[in-house]
Amino acid sequence: MSQRRALQIFAMLKSIIETIRDTLRAELARDERVFILGEDVGVLGGVFRATEGLYNEFGPERVMDAPISELAIIGIAIGAAGVGLRPIAEIEFADFIHSAFDQIVSDAAKLRYRTNGDWTCPMVIRTPYGGGVHGALYHSQSIEATYAHFPGLKIVTPATPYDAKGLLRAAIADPDPVLYLEHKKTYRAIKGDVPDNDYIVPIGKAQVKRAGSDLSIFAYGMMLHEALAAAELLEREDIQVEVVDLRSLLPIDWETIFESVRKTNRALIVHEDTYTMGLGAEIGARIAEEAFLDLDAPIVRVTGPDLPGVPFNEIGEKTFLPNAQKIADAARRLAAF
Amino acid sequence: MHAMTSPQLADIETLELAMYRAMLLARRLDERMWALNRQGHGHFAVSCAGHEATGAGFAFALDPARDYLVPQHRDVSALLVWGLTPRDILCHYLGKAPDPAGAGRQMYAHWGSRRLRIYSLSSVMSGHVPHAVGIALAAKYSRAEYVTWCGFGDGSSSKGDVHESMNFAAIHKLPIVFCCENNGLAISVPQSKQMAVENVADRAAGYGFPGVVVDGMNPLAVYETARTAIERARRGDGPTLIEAKVYRYLPHTSNDDDTRYRSRGEVERARERDPLKTFRAQLYAEQLLDEKSETALEDEIRAAVDDAADFALGAPELNAEETFKHVYE
Repeated sequence: MSQRRALQIFAMLKSIIETIRDTLRAELARDERVFILGEDVGVLGGVFRATEGLYNEFGPERVMDAPISELAIIGIAIGAAGVGLRPIAEIEFADFIHSAFDQIVSDAAKLRYRTNGDWTCPMVIRTPYGGGVHGALYHSQSIEATYAHFPGLKIVTPATPYDAKGLLRAAIADPDPVLYLEHKKTYRAIKGDVPDNDYIVPIGKAQVKRAGSDLSIFAYGMMLHEALAAAELLEREDIQVEVVDLRSLLPIDWETIFESVRKTNRALIVHEDTYTMGLGAEIGARIAEEAFLDLDAPIVRVTGPDLPGVPFNEIGEKTFLPNAQKIADAARRLAAF
Repeated sequence: MHAMTSPQLADIETLELAMYRAMLLARRLDERMWALNRQGHGHFAVSCAGHEATGAGFAFALDPARDYLVPQHRDVSALLVWGLTPRDILCHYLGKAPDPAGAGRQMYAHWGSRRLRIYSLSSVMSGHVPHAVGIALAAKYSRAEYVTWCGFGDGSSSKGDVHESMNFAAIHKLPIVFCCENNGLAISVPQSKQMAVENVADRAAGYGFPGVVVDGMNPLAVYETARTAIERARRGDGPTLIEAKVYRYLPHTSNDDDTRYRSRGEVERARERDPLKTFRAQLYAEQLLDEKSETALEDEIRAAVDDAADFALGAPELNAEETFKHVYE
């Protein structure tokens, strides 16, 4: 392929941020019950421009700028969802979501259960998470494990533009509250083909991104791309790595995980979130419970370290974040075990 | 005067009598719950005693056929006007399967019924206030003509949830009435240690909408104040904060001991203002009530409470299979 043709194809591909914006636009146009509520989502178009242009197109009632009130943004969305609307609440950075922790875990996650299915909460909370953009402690956190502890909630995180659209459409259509986590480093770094048709990516389904026979890597978000890069490195060493994109973190697609472990007999879990009590702990425990006899080696985790936050300093940030090299090193040791 | 035409009230001649009936039924249900609790039936009672006039006052000012009620925990009289039955309330109290709030999942006084437009409550103080604002936002968004009533206590008023909610409701002039039922105690903490202002309602000025103090032990005063606020909300002029000053006669819950933080003398003095007592006297003075009609009313209410208690005590439990349902659709 000529370089010119390659550039043409790349220009046709969509970034994740463009895909989210186009999907939001289509959903706003399709369903009058859908509205967006968040800080700076209106005139500014969001601090990452996820809602750019939507305010002019749909007006201030459908694309509502909120005061700096994360608790109210989520609490109001819960109330509006209860009486028939389909709110999409945006929390500007995932690091700020904990002001609304009580609303999410005490109300959104419990409403259906506590009312015996009478009152429900069909809403989406979109929020950018993750490090690698010099965001320091309060613009870099991974929050998924904190919220994955609450039955009643669903959590998804797309790593590709295709999944960004399919999972967002699934989240908006879902009858239960969905935390839709967007890794902010993927926003413009990851491009891909996005079909125009109205497909969804079902919540609760992982995807094998790369088939391999020597070991399985389970990852999501930006770490999926680091895992795929690690798999490329290892292929040169004749280590065949299977890479699974979890995509949904609550519920998790256990069947796809166990199936992969039964095939490769080695499991490596990767996440940017911190080590202790991270999702890797749960995934590792479940593999040990359900597929112990299929394992040829101890389960391995590559994660962010147990530090309170991601430092601002570039060396500090790089030290914190897992990357392809760190993943490849661990995978190499695991393959040799 | 929609409420006057609702079937359950068809036999009640006046608004005042209807209010008194709701207040008395709430009080008698409350007394029964505490008696049942002390007899070993039910794990947890929350008293509405002292809050009945406020509930009856605002409930009759609203339209249960279209308005949304996001109640506070002690709003039993309002909930009766709204359509919850004594059986509903005692099944909720005992956590039995027919409990409309959650089939026995939630502890008592955590209301909810989508059919009746009563939103669900958690135990976390003030968490429901932004939900009420969301319901009010949906009215404006959908051009629906309902008003949302949001109750909470003085204790709740200290939380950030209330601030964020009121600020947002004010910005968008939402059709909502906030009602702080101020009984002067956050469990044991007196108002003087909860806030440096005399009235919670004074805070409304900080949001840009009216704040009104009303005697919450007087149902007609609450009714009038509520009507003004509800009409303002229906006109599209935005929220009002009503502060109804009430007194909580019993401990915070059946698990509380209020002798540790207030004197018996104080409680006895407050009994003179008991709305059941003062409003009854008013009805006698107005010749709306006499010994004969009062006896008939008490008999009717006792029969309703007996029936509800028998029904609830005999009602099925939340079984193990049902316990696993309704996590997700």
